[in-house]
Amino acid sequence: VSCPKMQELLKWNGWGYNDSKFIFNKKGVAEFTGKRYRLGGLVLPLLKEWMEKTLGASIEHKTTSRTSLNTSDVPPPIENQEFLQDLRTAKISYSQEAEDRVFRAHGHCLHEILILREGMFKRIPDVIVWPVCHDDVAKIVELACKHNLCIIPYGGGTSVSSALECPADERRTIVSLDTSQMLYEKNLTAHVEAGIIGQDLERQLGESGYCTGHEPDSMEFSSLGGWVATRASGMKKNIYGNIEDLVVHIKMVTPRGVIEKGCQGPRMSTGPDIHNFILGSEGILGVVTEVTIKIRPIPEYQKYGSVVFLNFEQGVACLREIAKQRCAPASIRLVDNTQFQFGHSLKPQVSSIFTSFLDGLKKFYITKFKGFDPNQLCVATLLFEGDREKVLQHEKQVYDIAAKFSGLAAGEDNGQRGYMLTFVIAYLRDLGLDYYVIGESFETSVPWDRVLDLCRNVKERIVKECKERGVQFAPLSTCRVTQTYDAGACVYFYFAFNYRGISDPIHVYEQIEIAARDEILANGGSLSHHHGVGKLRKRWMKESISDVGLGMLKSVKEYVDPNNIFGNKNLL
Amino acid sequence: MAMAAAESSRLGNLLYSQKDFTSKKRDEFEDILEERRQSSDLRYAMKCFTPVVYKGLSPCKPSAIKNIVLQSEQLQYVIKQLSKETGESPDIIQEEASEILDEMSHNLQLGAIRIFAFSLSKIFKRLFQRVRLNEEGIQRLQQAIQEHPVILLPSHRSYIDFLMLSYLLYTYDLSLPAIAAGMDFMVMKMIGELLRRSGAFFMRRTFSGNKLYWAVFAEYVKTILKNGYAPIEFFLEGTRSRTAKTLTPKFGLLSIVMEPFLKREVFDTYLVPISIIYERILEESLYAHELLGVPKPKETTSGLLKARKILSEDFGSIHVYFGQPVSLRTLSSERINRCTYNLIPRHLPQKPSEEIQDFISDVAYKMELLQIENMVLSPWILIAAILLQNLPSIDFALLAEKTLWLKDLTQAFGGFLEWPDNLCAKKAVRSSLALHSNIVNLVNDQVVLNDQGMEAGTTEEVVFKRALSILMCGAYRNQLLNVFVRPSLVAVALQMTHNFRKEEVYGCFAFLRGIFSDEFIFFPGIALKDFEEGCFLLTKCDAIQVTAQEILVTEKGSTIVSFLTAMFKPFVEGYQIIYRYLLKETNEAFVEKQFLSGLGNFGFQLLAAGSSHCYEVLSSDMQKNALAALVRLGIARKMKTNNGFTYAVSKEALNKTAEMFESRIPIRKPVAARL
Repeated sequence: VSCPKMQELLKWNGWGYNDSKFIFNKKGVAEFTGKRYRLGGLVLPLLKEWMEKTLGASIEHKTTSRTSLNTSDVPPPIENQEFLQDLRTAKISYSQEAEDRVFRAHGHCLHEILILREGMFKRIPDVIVWPVCHDDVAKIVELACKHNLCIIPYGGGTSVSSALECPADERRTIVSLDTSQMLYEKNLTAHVEAGIIGQDLERQLGESGYCTGHEPDSMEFSSLGGWVATRASGMKKNIYGNIEDLVVHIKMVTPRGVIEKGCQGPRMSTGPDIHNFILGSEGILGVVTEVTIKIRPIPEYQKYGSVVFLNFEQGVACLREIAKQRCAPASIRLVDNTQFQFGHSLKPQVSSIFTSFLDGLKKFYITKFKGFDPNQLCVATLLFEGDREKVLQHEKQVYDIAAKFSGLAAGEDNGQRGYMLTFVIAYLRDLGLDYYVIGESFETSVPWDRVLDLCRNVKERIVKECKERGVQFAPLSTCRVTQTYDAGACVYFYFAFNYRGISDPIHVYEQIEIAARDEILANGGSLSHHHGVGKLRKRWMKESISDVGLGMLKSVKEYVDPNNIFGNKNLL
Repeated sequence: MAMAAAESSRLGNLLYSQKDFTSKKRDEFEDILEERRQSSDLRYAMKCFTPVVYKGLSPCKPSAIKNIVLQSEQLQYVIKQLSKETGESPDIIQEEASEILDEMSHNLQLGAIRIFAFSLSKIFKRLFQRVRLNEEGIQRLQQAIQEHPVILLPSHRSYIDFLMLSYLLYTYDLSLPAIAAGMDFMVMKMIGELLRRSGAFFMRRTFSGNKLYWAVFAEYVKTILKNGYAPIEFFLEGTRSRTAKTLTPKFGLLSIVMEPFLKREVFDTYLVPISIIYERILEESLYAHELLGVPKPKETTSGLLKARKILSEDFGSIHVYFGQPVSLRTLSSERINRCTYNLIPRHLPQKPSEEIQDFISDVAYKMELLQIENMVLSPWILIAAILLQNLPSIDFALLAEKTLWLKDLTQAFGGFLEWPDNLCAKKAVRSSLALHSNIVNLVNDQVVLNDQGMEAGTTEEVVFKRALSILMCGAYRNQLLNVFVRPSLVAVALQMTHNFRKEEVYGCFAFLRGIFSDEFIFFPGIALKDFEEGCFLLTKCDAIQVTAQEILVTEKGSTIVSFLTAMFKPFVEGYQIIYRYLLKETNEAFVEKQFLSGLGNFGFQLLAAGSSHCYEVLSSDMQKNALAALVRLGIARKMKTNNGFTYAVSKEALNKTAEMFESRIPIRKPVAARL
């Protein structure tokens, strides 16, 4: 029984790689460790002040996580010896080690991480299994039906919807089906086993000059099967599409048998598309084992860019116009002023006087010469892809539109830094947790005409709720428009606050998050654009898809999995 | 049972909150005229005026607002629709819209405000002894203006209302409101323009049929609100109440100003109830004439100049109470299905769902009840109530004694009594009589209704003059009814049922409440709560004892119960006369005008013959309310015809109601009174 390599590289109680994290060094200055990211090893002199100013956090007030798992706290497994015997006969590897079980008991919601740092889950998987191919999965599901066990599929573990949490009242043995060993390829037409992790998939395709172009922010850790099961969305969806546009064929093992289409035609009119039962099913119907995914040649040329706007309103109007003209670059994101200032605080120490002089000059030009108010302006970051000539042409078109909304081009470097931040920002929460700051991100999608109202109202609601619930410090409440569509946009919020002086911060946090979601729905936003529902957002499903809609899903579940083998209780 | 279910479901949404009678805390009053009498009006008018503004304000000129309105998706959509319907080119309709906007829109200018501030100082000082307001309310308002768009909802008793309000806001350095005023004002030369420049905008009294007008108007109001340009002010009652009873609310403007929040175009909206109460109403005699059918003079500038003679008279004190700002967000939480507006683009006109309409109506009633709660009651109001029960005259000492008794009762009922400088009863009564010497006289220690020239005229003139005085007096008594209506209806019900079974008393109460819902403000759908409130107040002053099955009047209580019943008698009797008239006199169908004149004659004859003393039946207000109630209860039908509305009464149904009203037949079993 082998413990997979990836797990050893990752933090057991936080986000990402063990060697990569924000710390305050001996001089009390922030630093990002490790060599994996561009920010790695750099000193960030502005971050401390930003945390003090924006969140009221102080370096003197520190909380500490326990440093390692105390295995005696871990609930003992509910064992099913016959099942284990059958696994051994089938030569499928498994583990009952406490570390392995706890590692797969959670995603990355705030409350889950806090439990790792300070508490213990009530219920965790009893056994982890590592199938290596579709047939293994079919066998495991068959055995689970035979012994009446509960299966929770596990991919990369990056869920933020409590989807991986074990239902506390589940009395059967819970099998965590970890797909991470299913990653050998049968052929290079991108027929891939579903356990592969995003970055490995891109790397392997890259060796042959191809890519899928699907790049969710979690792609370093999340798996192909997970993307399918949650209806994931990638940063560059404007060129490559979201996961539902990318998959050509899916194979899923269910208690009722294997579901798949009979051919790989690019489009079919054969009644409702059965893929839509699988996409976003969140592990309640079965395990995705194999996926055929579209691939594209790696683009010849990539270019980052950025635009500064006078204010958020102008920025949104510009994005709307770009979407209308259908000329959005591979990625376009608009961050509000708060997030712009936050990005600023993550600027590394400059290496020469010359750079700092240049920065000063730029700042002078924008604020004094062009009249941009540093407390109002906001920034759009851009990523263009394609062949060189077309990229340059495209770039000009986008900057021309931006100019109509008095947007100023603000350089490649700012754009690139913006995208780099999306990968490291997840690490920042762990730093915050050390200093009494808890936070989370959440997202929605909304028609264009409501984008501004929704952003303003949700942010204001968060501030109001914090005040009413006794939060002593002003919260961080900020958003960005992170994807554009013909009919609307995806909006992403960050919310964090300093909980010093509050006795039950996690409860307060949850109440505020619920209020924020209520506010989103009241403003015509959706329950989720790409995070999914899990157990965290179940309460709003009925109003999101109607009684009849919910009934349809339930009847599918009833047919496919009458004994609730896939008993993670997500979605319905 | 169905009704009971509907009622309880409506109860579920707790817009209505049970009042706390024991610990009602109200702010102190300050007189603002005092300072005006001591320092220069000119300096006051020229003072530095820098009001606090809404935090989300995007500053713009009135002309820019016009452009925003004309270019708005909402208006452009309606213009396109109209163009399709009528075949007219969009440009012409756009031009029309632009004209409507010009006619309507305000043009706030500081200069005009300064002129107003100066001249109003002069006028107010001459007319009024004191203008008193609660400064804490002003502070709350100042805070509210910075946080969210604010809607000012004053009560409406006089033309002075909105002048006074703007004047007060100017005095306290608060943004002047954009006021929805009737078009009648605009035709007044100069004054119209001055009003416009001090922030008023004008709406036609009726424009229900005119889609373009409605669209322009709604968009204009919403634009002002969303930009946070200025607080918006309008009168829920729609028009000045001639009887000093709060009028049932109109929903049009309220639904417009609520829409931006309901569609989440703003985070929240504050509604501020404001109670403006006059010790002596400027238009008191005019109103009485109007109620008796003497046509209302058109507002003209020269008319206003003639009104100058009133400048030499004393109109006592004014009390203005700024209520607590009410957050629309709080009112709507858990109440409104948020998907309502999510499936239609927000610029498309959308008829509010039934749920939303109910909500708007509840909000309107709630705000009016809040106005009522903070209306100040002066000694004269108590005197008027007593006097009307003791016509033609009452001994001065007795009057003073009864006034004192009523003062205690009013306080027990939670009335907002302001007793001038802790004067003893006799002095307070004497000074009130002096202030209202046009209505009452003190002759040989007898207080008599002013009946100048009464013995000289024809019977007709005598009745008319008598009615005038009584209606004028009644307008003051009516202000007490606001506080007394629930216990009074319990008292009337006790008397009408002749027995003390709680269930039957409640049945009668609910019946009366239904009949009088156009006369008085009842929160929709909570008859039982109103009944309990009435009983609670009566129990509190030991007038009744409530057991599980019965309601018993105590010995002490019989005085109170008969006083309350007598106070309510004009309404009960008036309605009886109206029903009698309708049963005997009319054809199958009639228009309102026929009804009013026929009923007027009928009443006149009764009064002239001395077979009734209910002069208030001559009030067109009561007549119209009675008819509206019959329509509401399904006893009469209102049909639209070419020349206005026609009414038809079902005599059978009316007969039944009339008989119940005269306690000749028992009232139907009360509907599921869970007592």
